Amino acid sequence: MNIAVCVKQIPDPAVPGELDPETKTLKRDGKLILDESDSFGVEMALQLAETAGGGDVTLVSLAPNDEVSGLRTALAMGAAKAVLVSDPAFLGSDALTTAKVIAKAVERVGDIDLVLTATESTDGYTGTVPAQVAELLGWPSLTFAKEVELADGTVKIQRQTEAGYDVVEASLPAVVSVTAGVVEPRYPSFKGIMAAKSKPVDTLTASDIGLDAGQVGWAGARQTITKVEAAPEREAGEKIEDDGEAYTRVVEYLEKVKVI
Amino acid sequence: MTLPKVWVFAEAEEGALTSATLELLTKAREIGEQVEAVYVGDDADALADLLGEYGASTVYAAATDGVLAGVVGAAALSKLVGEHNPDLVLFAQSYDGRDAIARLSARLDRPVLTNGASVDVGGDAATVGTAIFGGNTLVDTAFEGERPYLAAIRPKSFPAEPAGGSAAAVVAVDGLDLGRAGEAKVLDHHVEEREGPKLEEAPVVVSGGRGIGAAENYEPLVEELAKMLKGASGASRAIVDAGWVPYAKQVGQTGKTVKPKVYIALGISGATQHMVGMKSSDNIIAVNKDPEAPIFSVADLGIVGDVHKVVPQIIEALKAKA
Repeated sequence: MNIAVCVKQIPDPAVPGELDPETKTLKRDGKLILDESDSFGVEMALQLAETAGGGDVTLVSLAPNDEVSGLRTALAMGAAKAVLVSDPAFLGSDALTTAKVIAKAVERVGDIDLVLTATESTDGYTGTVPAQVAELLGWPSLTFAKEVELADGTVKIQRQTEAGYDVVEASLPAVVSVTAGVVEPRYPSFKGIMAAKSKPVDTLTASDIGLDAGQVGWAGARQTITKVEAAPEREAGEKIEDDGEAYTRVVEYLEKVKVI
Repeated sequence: MTLPKVWVFAEAEEGALTSATLELLTKAREIGEQVEAVYVGDDADALADLLGEYGASTVYAAATDGVLAGVVGAAALSKLVGEHNPDLVLFAQSYDGRDAIARLSARLDRPVLTNGASVDVGGDAATVGTAIFGGNTLVDTAFEGERPYLAAIRPKSFPAEPAGGSAAAVVAVDGLDLGRAGEAKVLDHHVEEREGPKLEEAPVVVSGGRGIGAAENYEPLVEELAKMLKGASGASRAIVDAGWVPYAKQVGQTGKTVKPKVYIALGISGATQHMVGMKSSDNIIAVNKDPEAPIFSVADLGIVGDVHKVVPQIIEALKAKA
């Protein structure tokens, strides 16, 4: 069972974001970390490979620079190797371009049975890459999985719905997107962190995977940011310290706005 | 200003059009000369009246045959786009809407704009507005290149208002090429019991965060208070990531947008991730033990206190009144 996991390295979400004044896109030039959303996919891949009795878990990522610190985190969790498609030409790439790069990278790794992704990244959160990758590969996509089970050339998931979940099944190879919280991502052990330093990270450029610079980045995005403005601020109201009676204020408030 | 032809990817749940679909149709009437819908399901005839009432003159309908609706939707749309040349296709930012727009974008090689909170047409350009950085910054992005433009819009971005049109003409779409994507079959629907309204429709939303302490506190604090107020229960990303509650309950940037009459945040610090999903609520009440928690900067009533003490007191007081 060979599994590719799509991972993204993003600016630390705890640090307030900024727009590049020139390009009006998110600044991503500081230190990047593994998107926490992706840690669920990595954990799921490791568990599925263990249950299946072997196979490689390969990370697939793209970046406009050679950043690897986030990939090392996922390698330390137990992934065997990584493919990083890294090219300054990717700056400004939209979701479809990202999906094209990932699909090409998956093809290049070869012999992949399953591609796992998060449902969306934390920083850009377009949320379309999983199904776009599947369409480009010509594979089935099983999205928003709460549970994933592999058996005999098929994958079966519980797919999140508004009312509960649907059981969805497809044959392999397939793409599965995993919702957050469905498995508990392991913390890298000291041994894992040491081992990650020597695991292979194959760095490729756009042209290595057969994409030319005119198709990716700004040129491929076909969209322009026309306006950036501050949203109207919401004023803070009253803040009170609980003295054992603060609950009465809540009840009064609920009465005032007529919900009780 | 309007575009000649705007399409809406229509969705239904339990036999009724979703409110997000009605919101999109309402917006489509405003920005399009002609509005048509594309629907995946076997009950298009039953939905044609309402689709027409909200402005769709035609509904193109494809059968699911047990395949995921978004997969069929993308195949149907890619076929129909070539025949009818719509200028813009609107999708709800929903599970099936996201599948459909994603696959269609790859099929047609068109970019997407998602998580939209507004859509505007000016001159020849169509722009989609999104809220970023916890909703404190609004960004408009214009489509370039070939049409149709593809946009996914977050539910609750527009009001839904009927226009009184006659029933939409139902046109069946068949002979679709799903390829291997059609192998993803839905074997079973599992409906979880839900008391009270849906999260995005509820007049009162009570959400819990890390401050509730443990997964087992969600039911007696968050769900119980929501039930007392005939509301819905939601969650911050932190406790979804921790596996305490499912993703469907997440309010925020990577979850749902809610605009209830009253939003009650229990043990939620108010990360920008969360704020973007709830700060347009009419009234916000927050209970958090950290007086510096950012949630207090948007709360109309903030209680600096322990949710484990304050919330049971509120529930008791409400019970005494009932």
